[in-house]
Amino acid sequence: MTSVAAAAPPKVPTRRWVELGLLVPALAVGISGYVLTNLNRTGALPPRWWLVPALCALLVLAAHVVVRVRTPYADPVILPVVVTLCGLGLAMLNRLDMAIGGTDVARTQLVWMVIGVAAFAAVIIWLRDYRVLQRYPYLLFIVGMILLLMPLMPVIGTNINGSRIWIRIAGYSFQPAEVAKIVLTLAFASYLADRSDVLASAGKKLGALTLPRLRDIVPVFVMWAAGVVVLVFQNDLGTALLFFGLFVVMMYVATDRISWVVGGLFAFAGAAAVIYRFAGHVQVRVDSWLHPFSDMSQNYQIIEGQFGMAWGGLFGRGWGLGSPSRVPLANTDFISAALGEEIGLVGLVGIIVLYALIVSRGLKTALLVRDSFGKLLTAGFSFVFVLQVTAIIGGVTRLLPLTGLTTPFLSRGGSSLVANWAIAAILIVVSHQARRPVVEFEPFVDLDVEQTAVIDLSSLEDGPVGPRVSASEDDTTQHLKVGDK
Amino acid sequence: MNRAIRHVGVVAGLLVFALLLNVTASYLLRNNSLNNNPANQRVLQAQFAQPRGTILAGNTPIAQSVPASGDFPYLRTYANGPMYAPVTGFYSYMYGRNKLEQAYNAALTGSADPRVIQQLINSLTGQPGGVASLQTTINPAAQQAAWKALQGKQGAVVALDYTTGAILAYVSTPSYDPAQLSSGDLAATQTAWTTLNADPAAPMADRAGREIYPPGSTFKLVTAAAALEAGWTPDTMVDSPAQLTLPGTNTQLTNDSNCGGDQISLQQALQVSCNTAFANIGLTIGQDALAAQAAKFGFGKPFGGDVNSAVSSFPTGLDQSQTALSAIGQYDVTASPLQMAVVAASIANDGKAMQPYFVSQVVGADLNVISTHSPVSNGRAVSATTAAELQQMMQSVVANGTGKRAQVPGLTIGGKTGTAQSDKVRAPYAWFAGYAVEPHVAVCVFVANAGTNEDQTGGATAAPIFRQVVQALK
Repeated sequence: MTSVAAAAPPKVPTRRWVELGLLVPALAVGISGYVLTNLNRTGALPPRWWLVPALCALLVLAAHVVVRVRTPYADPVILPVVVTLCGLGLAMLNRLDMAIGGTDVARTQLVWMVIGVAAFAAVIIWLRDYRVLQRYPYLLFIVGMILLLMPLMPVIGTNINGSRIWIRIAGYSFQPAEVAKIVLTLAFASYLADRSDVLASAGKKLGALTLPRLRDIVPVFVMWAAGVVVLVFQNDLGTALLFFGLFVVMMYVATDRISWVVGGLFAFAGAAAVIYRFAGHVQVRVDSWLHPFSDMSQNYQIIEGQFGMAWGGLFGRGWGLGSPSRVPLANTDFISAALGEEIGLVGLVGIIVLYALIVSRGLKTALLVRDSFGKLLTAGFSFVFVLQVTAIIGGVTRLLPLTGLTTPFLSRGGSSLVANWAIAAILIVVSHQARRPVVEFEPFVDLDVEQTAVIDLSSLEDGPVGPRVSASEDDTTQHLKVGDK
Repeated sequence: MNRAIRHVGVVAGLLVFALLLNVTASYLLRNNSLNNNPANQRVLQAQFAQPRGTILAGNTPIAQSVPASGDFPYLRTYANGPMYAPVTGFYSYMYGRNKLEQAYNAALTGSADPRVIQQLINSLTGQPGGVASLQTTINPAAQQAAWKALQGKQGAVVALDYTTGAILAYVSTPSYDPAQLSSGDLAATQTAWTTLNADPAAPMADRAGREIYPPGSTFKLVTAAAALEAGWTPDTMVDSPAQLTLPGTNTQLTNDSNCGGDQISLQQALQVSCNTAFANIGLTIGQDALAAQAAKFGFGKPFGGDVNSAVSSFPTGLDQSQTALSAIGQYDVTASPLQMAVVAASIANDGKAMQPYFVSQVVGADLNVISTHSPVSNGRAVSATTAAELQQMMQSVVANGTGKRAQVPGLTIGGKTGTAQSDKVRAPYAWFAGYAVEPHVAVCVFVANAGTNEDQTGGATAAPIFRQVVQALK
């Protein structure tokens, strides 16, 4: 056997039973919300009330089985947290349906949930070696741009609430920017993973700054600028903000240079000042954030949201016992206000902590995983996630001006839900690759043990291992590298 | 890369921390004002879904919640609504609330139980605190007597226990029934609100405490007090010509009747309410002394406590003629009937001004007393000597002067009439401010329009109403 196989690796627990154990309370949160809403509002459960909870449990079990079979070493916390948030969202959408009457948002959302879990399973089954994607930065970029531009196309593109960010096909509206967000993150990550070293070190020195070479920086800059410009043109400033943050953070992680962050902050301040000056609705948003009570009718939504959360107090009114439907768009932008009203400050803090758990698990994966692509990917997704949560929940709770972003896993909307399930799947796949013990790949090594080992070890002596090489040969090269150290 | 990823982690942690800090700070700092915002329909709806504390006058509930079958599970009813309206105020889903319904809203809804442990239990169990009842100081007999006496008139009566400041009667006519505004029928409420506000007789105006009028000759009590405090005695002589040319003008100030000579004593001047004599007193002691004395009686600032009254005022920056007119309660001097009752009460209480109040006790749902009002002093208005001299002079007004019709057999009564002609078109305002030693009560009667053709004067119109109120308290 080779030297790699001889060094007996420590046994890594899979933690699948932990995940299954956590899934039970995770499911219970949403189901109890659903049951309590019915009991509190009508005093009885609807006939065959167990059907939807049972369906959800089956769905979650299926997701768990896929994870267990395909990615046994995955992080055990991500899926239960996602399930908890989805349960809370579904229960609240159903509760708002009951209050408004005649709407069926929860049922539609449940259908999207099935699609989301399917997307989750698909990513885990077919993208377990996510590194194949690293080969196609420009292709990914083009796909992402097409997705971003789709709403501007005639026939399928539609304009809702002043933003042209929707497409409408067969009666279903879809926000392609949600998927574009994933694809463009992949594009950035794959481009930067190949070139992080040259971006950081090659180029002219300008005082303390090292300017990257133009041929390295121009493509990524074009990708980023194209995305942001399209979004600003579509009046989707919230998503543009996410892209901006994503770009800055991925550049920082790739190059380890704080100047990217400083420059990014300056650029953001400049862009924000220009947009504030020329976009009337942004001024209105800022004004409603600072002085909501100066114009009761214009700021009705944010005021009612505030009243709702205040009425909820510490422990909330209880499921079905508040009046969250007083807030316009309670099931999209203001779902966190609706939850704050019915499950209180305690519930809202819990939701924020759940989001923080996903982010911390994502960043932990970024630290553990061995390849640059995986690091960039998980760090990027984690940061965009925390940025989005801060923007929307901060907007609803008056920490920041309101931006029309979705609340991940909670708010109404299929595209966002499916995209976030896909992101969760990517985090799970990368975390599996990060925690998986090296020894598992003995069969691959066995194919041509001696040669592979000799060649790879010698090639490791100088220079980084090209991820392009590793991607073509599955994980072998990477793991030999680690095993060697 | 890992160094950068750790930094990203720190930033993510800071963002989450900011979110958590913000929602917590919002809960601690903003919740109270958000829940008390009148635009907050959630709170209003919840309050209308709950019973509300009772307001009592004596043993009689004058405002209470009863189970109802309309849009709201409870209905606020007002016994003798119009009579008690200036005390209870209204409680309306559409138009908010006022008076005691507003001042004690927290106690009435049970959200202000001052017992800390109880409040903690309530907030942990999610239960509203028990609603509290208000025991008012209103004496139903006096209220009824004043109400009856003012029927058909536009006016007000305020009666105070001058030793404590307790308000025994507080009537304003014409009035309205608060039940019209608390009804579960919102369309009817809206109609009632529109009608009441459009009524030229202004039935929702609180003439007892929220409106201010020229006090006329009752203000001579303040001028006399200022003179006595400045060293005068009741026997000090003052010029009382039949006509006085106001300094710097050609305007002649006249008397309503013969003052009894070209020079009379201060006591005589008050007894016959001699305008020229009091104008001369004002000119002698000066506007600063008058203003200072008025302020000591409570002019120029709210009384405090649970009475949300309009602020009476004595003008500043006067010339000589304006000072002379102000000394007899004309020009820009304004006072509420409550203010003039406080003037009479402070004199009767040996110079000590007591803060007027409506609620003597707040009683919890478990019949435990949550709070009891202790009489509050608003300072000394005049010295005990001055007070004694003024009492003597006021008693002679009732015994021998313009206030004879305020006499109650067997009681020691002191008082001062007032007839304020501030507008040639309408009848003069008739005032009487006085006190009775025995039931230790001070009463101010104000009649804007007696609704009859006879001459409207303080002596003829207001003094008999004073007598009826005091008799009810005897």
